Amino acid sequence: MSLRGRGAIVGIGEVPTRRIYEGRSMYGLCAEAAGLAIADAGITKDDIDGLVTDGVALPPAIAEYLDIKPNFATGVSMQGASGATATMVATSAVSSGICNTVLVVMGNSRQDAERAGRPAGRGAAGPSVRSEWEEPHGMAPGANTGYGLMYRRHIHEYGTTEDQLAKMAADQRFNALENENAVFNGQPISKEDVLNSRYINEPLKLLESVMPCDGAAALIITTPERAKNMKNKPAYVLGVGLKQGEANIWQRDKFTETPAVDSVRRALEMSGYTPSDIEFAEFYDCYTILAAMCIEDAGLVEKGEIGPFYEETDTTYKGDFPINTDGGQLSGGQPGLAGGFRHVIEGARQIMGKAGSRQVEKSDLCLVNG
Amino acid sequence: MTSAYDKPIPIPANEDLTRPFWEAAKSRELIIPYCKSCTNLFFYPREVCPNCFSKDLTWKTMSGKGSVYTYTHVRQAVHPSFQSANGHIYAIIELAEGPRMPSGIVGCEPEEVYVDMPVSVVFEDITEEATIVQFQKS
Repeated sequence: MSLRGRGAIVGIGEVPTRRIYEGRSMYGLCAEAAGLAIADAGITKDDIDGLVTDGVALPPAIAEYLDIKPNFATGVSMQGASGATATMVATSAVSSGICNTVLVVMGNSRQDAERAGRPAGRGAAGPSVRSEWEEPHGMAPGANTGYGLMYRRHIHEYGTTEDQLAKMAADQRFNALENENAVFNGQPISKEDVLNSRYINEPLKLLESVMPCDGAAALIITTPERAKNMKNKPAYVLGVGLKQGEANIWQRDKFTETPAVDSVRRALEMSGYTPSDIEFAEFYDCYTILAAMCIEDAGLVEKGEIGPFYEETDTTYKGDFPINTDGGQLSGGQPGLAGGFRHVIEGARQIMGKAGSRQVEKSDLCLVNG
Repeated sequence: MTSAYDKPIPIPANEDLTRPFWEAAKSRELIIPYCKSCTNLFFYPREVCPNCFSKDLTWKTMSGKGSVYTYTHVRQAVHPSFQSANGHIYAIIELAEGPRMPSGIVGCEPEEVYVDMPVSVVFEDITEEATIVQFQKS
């Protein structure tokens, strides 16, 4: 059975991404985002009978915080892909009749990590593959090192240049200037600024890397039948696809290929569309190089041709092929796993016609890669 | 050693599982898990073969030869002890026998490293108890 058209996004809510919200917590920010999404959908919390989180926010804790008692609840625990996966799971849940109207919510508070006495964003705590085989060789914080490895290999295999990928970061910043929820709203940068930013994990530079932030996002998914009587123009889920990759980047066979090769193919097959039908796209962009490889793997450009594509294409919201119309994570910021969720939220926002000054011209069909 | 080693030492996820690897490193030998059931050579060590689920595993001694599959020049180090004026190289080494492993590149400047550079294993005694496996230009 296909999920084509079986889920309708009818409300979205986003707590603006900021470097830090003093005195707030992940649960508090999630609750705020949930309230915004419920209000946007024009429903009440009593209409919510399903709950999907990233797994970092525990479903029982969210339900208790919001004082709701859903008939279905789960946390997906899919790292950066949690937002897209949660949307898929929620669509599946309303499609199967397990529940009717699902709240998907996730967020981040950097102070929570401080309160718990953990350094924020330093990867797996305690004994792990990472602590045994990687950290003794100087693997850097978060995921930086792995993406530096991919970037170097992409340059080696395809001749991609730093100049070409800097254009991606600059285009996205242009979009963020029209997004008050973006952490870098009001701070324009040029391609040269990206190129001149310091190396973190060469060839990866500072302005090609996400900044850890606070914030939260939520959406409401219901059945298409229920969506018809609601106040917003819905964003329908037309196809979904998932492919599980490795937990540790160095375990993959090809460093220049991502699971998007399969996940996007599956989603497009379900939808009945081809890459050339897509009007705009939201791509997971913790680093320029990851979005670059995923855009290739999605079939939007030939493998290895992402560099020339960015040289030739205006990917701003005004451009020939808009990508990451809210600034993406690079310019929007990464509030934990709500960072990846922003791509779903923005895709839906554009389709719902709620993107304001950055509304894209053609906004009927979006490809989201979480 | 005049000063204590201040970089992260390997913290095994399961020390019983990987003790042979670290013992071998101490005696200047690079060994890699090998599945006797399906002849799969793999890394990192696991309790069951990731190819056939067999627990009939042993270790094979490697030649210590390989090449740089990819690398990054780490400028912003994870640990203050890695921080230096010119950073350091974090590389993925493809062993001549096939498996890949993370490693530093020792004995040359970061700028000298390139993809496909031939390398050979070196063993670095970092503490009384611990020896790590690194690679150098060969």
